Amino acid sequence: MLRLRRLRFRGGVHPEGHKQSTTDREIEPLPLPARLYLPVQQHIGAPAEPLVKPGDYVLKGQLLARSAGAVSAPVHASTSGTVVAIEPFTAPHPSGLPVRTVILEPDGEERWAERSYDSDAFAMTPEEIAARVGAAGIVGMGGAAFPAAVKLNLGSRNTVHTLVINGGECEPYLTCDDRLMQERPREIIDGVRIMMRALHAHTARIAIEDNKPYAIAAMTAAAAACPDVHVTAVPTRYPMGSEKQMIQALTGLEVPAGKLSADVGIVVHNVATAHAVRNALRRDQALISRIVTVGGGAVDTPRNLEVPLGTLVSDLLEACGLKEEPARLLAGGPMMGMVLPHAQVPVVKGTNGIIALTAKEINAGEVRPCIRCARCVAACPCGLMPLEMASRVRSGDIDGAVSYGLGDCISCGSCSYVCPSNIPLVQYFNFAKGALANQREEQRKTEETRRLAAERNARLEAAKQQKANQQRRRSEAAESTESG
Amino acid sequence: MAQTEVIGGPHVRAPSSVPRTMALVLLASSPAAGLGLYLFGWPALNLLMVTIAAALLSETLSLWLMGKPVRSSLFDGSALLTAWLLALTLPPWAPWWIGALGGAFAILIGKQVFGGIGQNLFNPAMLARVALLISFPLEMTTWAQPHPLFAADSPDFLTALSITFGTAPHIDGMTSATVLGYVKTGFTQGHTLSQSLTGHFAPTASLLGDTNGSLGETSALLVVLGGLVLLQQRIITWQIPLAMLAAIAALSGLFHWIDPERYGGVLFHLLSGGALLGAFFIATDPVTSPSSPRGQLLFGAGCGALTWVIRTWGGYPEGVAFAVLLMNAVTPLIDHYLRPRVYGRTRRGEPLRPPAPRNETSDE
Ligand code: SF4
Ligand code: SF4
Repeated sequence: MLRLRRLRFRGGVHPEGHKQSTTDREIEPLPLPARLYLPVQQHIGAPAEPLVKPGDYVLKGQLLARSAGAVSAPVHASTSGTVVAIEPFTAPHPSGLPVRTVILEPDGEERWAERSYDSDAFAMTPEEIAARVGAAGIVGMGGAAFPAAVKLNLGSRNTVHTLVINGGECEPYLTCDDRLMQERPREIIDGVRIMMRALHAHTARIAIEDNKPYAIAAMTAAAAACPDVHVTAVPTRYPMGSEKQMIQALTGLEVPAGKLSADVGIVVHNVATAHAVRNALRRDQALISRIVTVGGGAVDTPRNLEVPLGTLVSDLLEACGLKEEPARLLAGGPMMGMVLPHAQVPVVKGTNGIIALTAKEINAGEVRPCIRCARCVAACPCGLMPLEMASRVRSGDIDGAVSYGLGDCISCGSCSYVCPSNIPLVQYFNFAKGALANQREEQRKTEETRRLAAERNARLEAAKQQKANQQRRRSEAAESTESG
Repeated sequence: MAQTEVIGGPHVRAPSSVPRTMALVLLASSPAAGLGLYLFGWPALNLLMVTIAAALLSETLSLWLMGKPVRSSLFDGSALLTAWLLALTLPPWAPWWIGALGGAFAILIGKQVFGGIGQNLFNPAMLARVALLISFPLEMTTWAQPHPLFAADSPDFLTALSITFGTAPHIDGMTSATVLGYVKTGFTQGHTLSQSLTGHFAPTASLLGDTNGSLGETSALLVVLGGLVLLQQRIITWQIPLAMLAAIAALSGLFHWIDPERYGGVLFHLLSGGALLGAFFIATDPVTSPSSPRGQLLFGAGCGALTWVIRTWGGYPEGVAFAVLLMNAVTPLIDHYLRPRVYGRTRRGEPLRPPAPRNETSDE
């Protein structure tokens, strides 16, 4: 296959992969823990509304909380057992605030709720497929946790020609998608074809970083029977797993600022999401488990575990053993993952990895002044000038940072990764974005108040007017009777 | 393991640090410097040491005066590197006070007055060099012929001390000028270029370094080698060196073609003076050069063009230091106007237009 255009995007970095310890290990099931903790918000969007109460007996796959709003996802029971409590509990969520959580005590019987196997996905309409995916609580499983059904509905409003399946997995240590592609390629391809139908897309392109030769081989073989599904090896380069960068590498297209990828005719889903879609459509199975890479230098035996959602991180770490107390515990990969405050946090739909790093791996150095070496500029996949943005944020000039493209920053961390002065650039940007969001929220509130006040005034005005009219009419009527 | 503060990613980092960067630049320039030390012997080593000592002392003093942490800043390697690069551009047998003044000037005026590392507008080493050149034109243009260490005519340690520390004003073997200097004086005496060059410019000697000139810029080969190491280690990018050398080559080639008797050729300009050292080690100073790749191209081209212009029409035989300083002054402007194109936007910052729908009809 001759390619004239090199498959790449600008910038990016090459962090050390650390994938060798788990890429050859088969996915192993984790036994049921003593308790499962299922937050009602495991996705971007509105939290789901619980439908059960403490003391209820629930079946595996049973709906526990229904989605509330257009962008939301329901939550299902990962196994059969009894709901013991519904209360706030720490979840791996950037806010760090406790989330309302359904606590389930398994009975160990794995009794399934009733499922229907008779539906044929290819006899369903695209809308029906999307509805099923929504009902199954599927969210983007690459970490973003955006409700998948919302993205599958884009086909009816936009002209989507290509479904891109993201098998990049560019974060160091993570191999859960790699293993999934190696072990269940046919299921993934099946899911891909179902999604293509939902989107009216005529092509699917599965992109896999070229450091995963076995996954590429397995997926290529599985896709051989489908002429409209193509597997492409893309260069290993962080952040290849980012939607926009992957689209650019694969197609050369850029998603215009402020637009969705669907506006250029492309929708991107993760391989694990495709797998979950297949399970939902072919086996009527809600999203109740996922594959998690447990890794990092502090872990004794790094593994890929198939875990019931709601399992505590401490259970995962126990299953893999710790060599030493981790200096930092992460949900997700080391580039964009979030720091966990402790291990009493459940695995949720978007948790692709639990990484326990040693102090040496973190390689935290002294923060020094910026030497303007421009390595951050060269590394930024979005064409920004992180050093300029950071210096403006530091001096409190958020608008200045915005004029340098703060809004276009995807927080990928490439700039911080290369900075020889160890300046926490992304941290500055996230702080500034937070401040900006607050500012907008304030503005929205003020405007809302103003609008409400105006409405109220208008209402009062109208009432007065009406009263006056009535009075006039009454007096007119009186006049007419008098004169009559 | 309890963590109270929020720590943002990434949680791994590249094995780079400021001290490591500085050390790599030192290392990459050390073959050329080593050859210089060998060719010019003990006096050159003395000068190097004096310059470094003066710079480190000044750095310590100013950090201490400003109440900044002395240890970590002093040992980040930046002051050492500044002094080192300055020494590489000095006449190797210059008296000690040239090195001492230069080292102190570079750090105090060139760097700390602006606020320390990363804040300075001008390349400190070049600022010091130009200050010395203007203040002490005689000492700064008195060049020694190579006297390789261990050769019969090489000054021994004691003689070297007297050369550096000023008790032996007229030492045999001090010649008046470099090739660029010969050409400049040649023109004032009405000589043609080839007359001036005869016996003074041999490309192979310049290539290998067996010629008079500054401490670290005599061997083109070793300088380029060091530059390639920097490129390979991603300490510098190719834009500045390539643009600078290309600009010098283009201008000198063009004018040499127009009038070979007045204008030196491409090889002559590239191989003599500080062109190569400037392109790879001086103009690429991160602090004072632009950040965007396009900005770096423009900056490099500017350095190259100005170097040639100053050498050709200016009052001094050598132009690299002036050229770099002049371009330093426009760096903020370049950084403001030449930003990289942002993903999903046009160069002017507008969102890109989505491509036309591929299907026959678009909705809505
Ligand atoms: S990488 Fe760090 S030191 Fe270099 S320019 Fe960017 S912020 Fe400054
Ligand atoms: S975090 Fe933002 S500024 Fe830094 S490299 Fe990524 S996109 Fe660029």
